[in-house]
Amino acid sequence: MRRAFIISIPYLWLIALFLIPFGIVFKLALSDMAISIPPYTPTLDISGGWAGFKDFLSQLDMENFIWLKEDNLYWKAYLSSVQIAFVSTLLTLLIGFPMAYGMAQAPKEWQATLMMLIILPFWTSFLIRIYAWMGILSNEGFLNQFLLWTGIIGAPLQIINTNLAVYIGIIYTYLPFMVLPIYATLEKLDPSYLEAAEDLGCSRTQAFWAVTAPLSKPGVVAGCFLVFIPVVGEFVIPSLLGGSRTLMIGKVLWDEFFSNRDWPVASAVAVILLLILVIPIILFQKQQERAQEAET
Amino acid sequence: MSNDPFQPWEDPNATPLIRFENVTKRFGGFTAVDNLTLDIYEKEFFALLGASGCGKTTLMRMLAGFERPTEGRITLAGQDISSVPVNKRDINMMFQSYALFPHLTVADNIAFGLKRSDMPKSEIAGRVEEMLDMVQLSQFAKRKPHQISGGQRQRVALARSLAKNPKVLLLDEPLAALDKKLRQETQFELMDIQEKLGTTFMIVTHDQEEAMTVASRVAVMNAGQIKQIATPDAIYERPNSTYVADFIGEVNLITGKITSDTEKTCEIAWDGGMITAQPRTKLAKGTEVCFAVRPEKIAISAKKPNAANAIQGKVHDIAYLGNISTYYVEVAPGQIIKAQLANDRRLSRRSFTWEDPVWLSWTDTAGIVLTE
Repeated sequence: MRRAFIISIPYLWLIALFLIPFGIVFKLALSDMAISIPPYTPTLDISGGWAGFKDFLSQLDMENFIWLKEDNLYWKAYLSSVQIAFVSTLLTLLIGFPMAYGMAQAPKEWQATLMMLIILPFWTSFLIRIYAWMGILSNEGFLNQFLLWTGIIGAPLQIINTNLAVYIGIIYTYLPFMVLPIYATLEKLDPSYLEAAEDLGCSRTQAFWAVTAPLSKPGVVAGCFLVFIPVVGEFVIPSLLGGSRTLMIGKVLWDEFFSNRDWPVASAVAVILLLILVIPIILFQKQQERAQEAET
Repeated sequence: MSNDPFQPWEDPNATPLIRFENVTKRFGGFTAVDNLTLDIYEKEFFALLGASGCGKTTLMRMLAGFERPTEGRITLAGQDISSVPVNKRDINMMFQSYALFPHLTVADNIAFGLKRSDMPKSEIAGRVEEMLDMVQLSQFAKRKPHQISGGQRQRVALARSLAKNPKVLLLDEPLAALDKKLRQETQFELMDIQEKLGTTFMIVTHDQEEAMTVASRVAVMNAGQIKQIATPDAIYERPNSTYVADFIGEVNLITGKITSDTEKTCEIAWDGGMITAQPRTKLAKGTEVCFAVRPEKIAISAKKPNAANAIQGKVHDIAYLGNISTYYVEVAPGQIIKAQLANDRRLSRRSFTWEDPVWLSWTDTAGIVLTE
């Protein structure tokens, strides 16, 4: 009994905070838009009894999902989000791995400080940091002023409101999520593996590819998922740094909800987004399990 | 008995395979290896023995190429290897942690070095098979290191480090992670393999039993210097200093002064009386010496025996170790001499017990007179 109670707590938590909200969103996605409060129909009226419930069910349909399929804005937005997420994950890995490697190679007394520097930006609000990037990247911003001052460019570069600015924002924001798991695996790596590889005839570079790279895989995979999954649904960065042509599903969702006030379509968008993300999340879980098994 | 014992170090014409010439290694202000000169011959099983921090690991790592000597040079087969990088040396090392690559199978671990050598691809599989056979692990070829036992891992590490057929194999505390029974078995396996392959082995260990069992010669190190290099029996029976005598096995160290200086024997006066011994060189009267005698060379009896050295005392303590018992006998106030008796009969009544008056005796050749 006690055991069942203890086990049930996390399940209740999941049901209350994930399953029920998802059920509500899913129901919304099956509803129709209406000019009323709340802005959709049907709403469940318990006083109607069983017949009322049946009537309520009969009014739900897949119309919104069919709409998502027909209007190419949505699938373009999904595709573009996944693409932006993929490219920025790759870029974050390319920048983050050397950083993590450098941190792991640094003298022990320096490592805590370097770690601190990676975490430090989290102490400032994310929104403020993105606004700061607007200040840096805008046409009259610090970057352009600096480049104009040095004479490298004659006219300000258009960086803000382009995909480039979105990439810069994403890489800047998500870099710690890449660096920290990679650093954690590299830091645990027994240096005698590298010595053994060299002893057996590898040069430093060969030893890196033969030993360090495969053994840091769990950290790399974790980092990639930690970046990829949230970036697909990212809204703040593309809407503040991106332009009108930056198409990301988070922005579409926002517009659907708050500009169009079409809650049902917005909900359908959210449900599909969730389905898209479930695949990498399951893959990530599987990978974590395997990594844990290998450790024991 | 072999007619031609393996003793290249006695042969003045033999050229050593490895030479450390006045090698010094400093880490910042700390001198790990201090102006050390050492010759190791081909086919030797050479043991570096010392307490932790004595510089033995640094010495080995310099030979492997992980550290560079601050001063002096190291030659392998006559060639200065000080500037040869690790991966180009014909020396392989077996690590204390084994350092088996966790992402590779047993067979791939063994093949790791071969794939990076000039061995043709077609021959690698055969060589891996051969090495697996040698360590009797053929059926585990496809396993990952975490799927086999500690003893098996040790053998994979050995096979991997021997796969490239190096001129020298370095073993860094190779058996430290094994339990005692397995360690003893593995010591003999190591000796068999070494004898079969004829590779020069250099082992670093802090376990004197291990060093004495496996090695053809043992070097006792302390504070970056070699105190003595000799065969295991010579190290034990003829230590050249009180440090070595005390470091290897159990010993009674008695300090005294020479009172007579005849050619063959000498008399040493100490707090407990007089000792007759045979010094290796003639010692002048009044020289401060240390007389070292192993406990097992001291006899215990109830009556005064007829021996060159006999001294009366009282049993202070007895340590029963199963096969032997060590008696701590107080021969003078505060002066304890250890004597060992083999428990050669089961259930025998102990002849002596606490507080019994006993006689300790030993011959004049039982101990050794040390001046260092």
